[in-house]
Amino acid sequence: MPDTQQDSIGFAGPDSLGHFGPYGGTFVGETLIAAVEELSRVYEEVSKDPEFWAEYDYDLKYYVGRPSPLYLAERLTAAAGGARIYLKREDLNHTGAHKVNNTIGQALLAKRMGKTRIIAETGAGQHGVASATVAARLGLECFVYMGAEDIQRQAPNVYRMKLLGATVVSVESGSRTLKDAMNEALRDWATNVDSTYYIIGTVAGPHPYPQIVRDFQCIIGRETREQSLEQIGQLPDALVACVGGGSNAIGMFHPFLSDSSVAMYGVEAGGDGVETGRHAAPLSAGVPGVLHGNRTYLMTDSGGQIMETHSVSAGLDYPGVGPEHAWLKDLKRVNYVNATDAEAMKAFHQLTRLEGIIPALESAHAVAYAMRLAATMAPEQSIVINLSGRGDKDIQTVAKLEGLTL
Amino acid sequence: MSRISEVSAAAAQQGRKLLIPYVVAGDPDLPTTLRLLHKLVAEGADIIELGVPFSDPSSDGPVIQRGVERSIAGGTNLAKVLDLVADFRAVDKITPIVLMGYLNPVEIMGYEVFADRASHVGVDGVLVVDMPPSESNALRGVLHDRQIDTIFLVAPTTTDARCEQIAACCTGYLYYVSLKGVTGAALLDTESVRLSIEKLRKLTALPIVIGFGIKDADSARAMGALSEGVIIGSALVERIEKLPSNDSATEQQLAHVTEVIKSARGALDEI
Repeated sequence: MPDTQQDSIGFAGPDSLGHFGPYGGTFVGETLIAAVEELSRVYEEVSKDPEFWAEYDYDLKYYVGRPSPLYLAERLTAAAGGARIYLKREDLNHTGAHKVNNTIGQALLAKRMGKTRIIAETGAGQHGVASATVAARLGLECFVYMGAEDIQRQAPNVYRMKLLGATVVSVESGSRTLKDAMNEALRDWATNVDSTYYIIGTVAGPHPYPQIVRDFQCIIGRETREQSLEQIGQLPDALVACVGGGSNAIGMFHPFLSDSSVAMYGVEAGGDGVETGRHAAPLSAGVPGVLHGNRTYLMTDSGGQIMETHSVSAGLDYPGVGPEHAWLKDLKRVNYVNATDAEAMKAFHQLTRLEGIIPALESAHAVAYAMRLAATMAPEQSIVINLSGRGDKDIQTVAKLEGLTL
Repeated sequence: MSRISEVSAAAAQQGRKLLIPYVVAGDPDLPTTLRLLHKLVAEGADIIELGVPFSDPSSDGPVIQRGVERSIAGGTNLAKVLDLVADFRAVDKITPIVLMGYLNPVEIMGYEVFADRASHVGVDGVLVVDMPPSESNALRGVLHDRQIDTIFLVAPTTTDARCEQIAACCTGYLYYVSLKGVTGAALLDTESVRLSIEKLRKLTALPIVIGFGIKDADSARAMGALSEGVIIGSALVERIEKLPSNDSATEQQLAHVTEVIKSARGALDEI
């Protein structure tokens, strides 16, 4: 079909310099250029090597526990009152989120490159835990950079990382959250570039990271596609995923980009409401700029300083977003919407009570929007939500917001 | 001929090494920076690198990060830095000013607007640390149209092929980063720097200056001997950290800051 052909060409990316349309690229200091070029070279080689992918698939199956189920949430569907809602259960992965799909892959890359030391940045701690986990498994030294603010609100994950043998470095600079953790990790990498592999946790950073992380997360969308055909008998009408940096969303969306019948919704963190300015929704309310190695939509003030963001969920509390999302927004292939803290909290409770599944606060944003969307659709239609993580790490945050002490 | 080329040509003729201090504009406040700039020139600076503060300075070490945070806390942004250059230029028509910073503030202002304003206030060069040559075509074009130099870094990890690419995009002077890591890191390996500079000489006729890790007369002397000059940043910003804000620094306090440059000047002049 000419249409599909057109689409698959239209959405191919990135180019050899890491550009997705006007976005992406390699905006880092000269000290890091050699490192990202080496990584590009190795990845290009490895991505054509069936043995590499066989090892990756093996680890995903026997260590992570894939495939993750596609689950029809009947009571949630009834509560929303419209389209059937399915959950792609990334929360059931080992370590409790989609993040491990990527760390497994990048750890294999680190091993191939002969690196002995792993560094990572983390916001909610899920990527930090997933990095510490693969480092423990491979016997590599691991340093995780985490904003001091996030260390406070994600204490259980901090302790998990320590149990796994990682050193958690508290980042006190800037806004003391995910973006500052990423700055610090970049500084570490520039200093220890010979021994160190930097596992970026989302589809941001300099080329080739947005591509590498996407490729490792695409397992989500590929499985969803197969499972939909098997369980629904056709492709879903809509996909919904939360977007911070955007790794779980791109992993879900990418294998469907050429399927024009599948609508896609990336749900950003609306915080107190996009109109209040206290949010983390650069695609909804930001402008293009350059941060952390790539050109993308950012929350930046008129003088070009990156603004502090706000979200109840640490994992979405980031002022940028992966460059491929920026491009998909401009191409109008994906609809970028948002859900507020309050809506996410409500959805958190609804999913917990109706289905016995406690979602991560990040994923609760997707649930919130999907319920709104489902209500506008017909019962014979279907929506797949990427339930990107489980909410055990968030129960303290939720309790605190509700005035309880555990 | 740009002001940077004139100054470096004159220095070469006199056998004088270039001394290039780096300070963050607006650290601790803009009026103090202006006073410092004039004093740096009086103590022997040939060119000034003026840091444009950015909220996420991922190539900088803790000393300059704190300087940047102080500057941003005082409300400094790119537009105000350009005003500062205008104020400096009203008095000093000779000393070249190079703006050094990150790309986002320039992206948000817009390349054309930035280039026009920079040219208007008398900026001589621009060094964007997170914009490698391969991403620099558009900005380089608008700056070169206005005779503003574009300066790039070469690192110890830069491959030979890249050195050529960088040399081809670079005007004014070539900035050699003497070590791996972020600004303010320690340890200089003289022999490996010497070899790298020798290699670069074959690729460019531009003056080569060395930065990162030069903090006193000794390191200035060692690195100056290998190159056309040195850049001193963190050692200055470390002293600026102790200055009071609100334009209240005394002459003596400023002299304590610029003493670093004075002693480096002495050391360079002995080479």
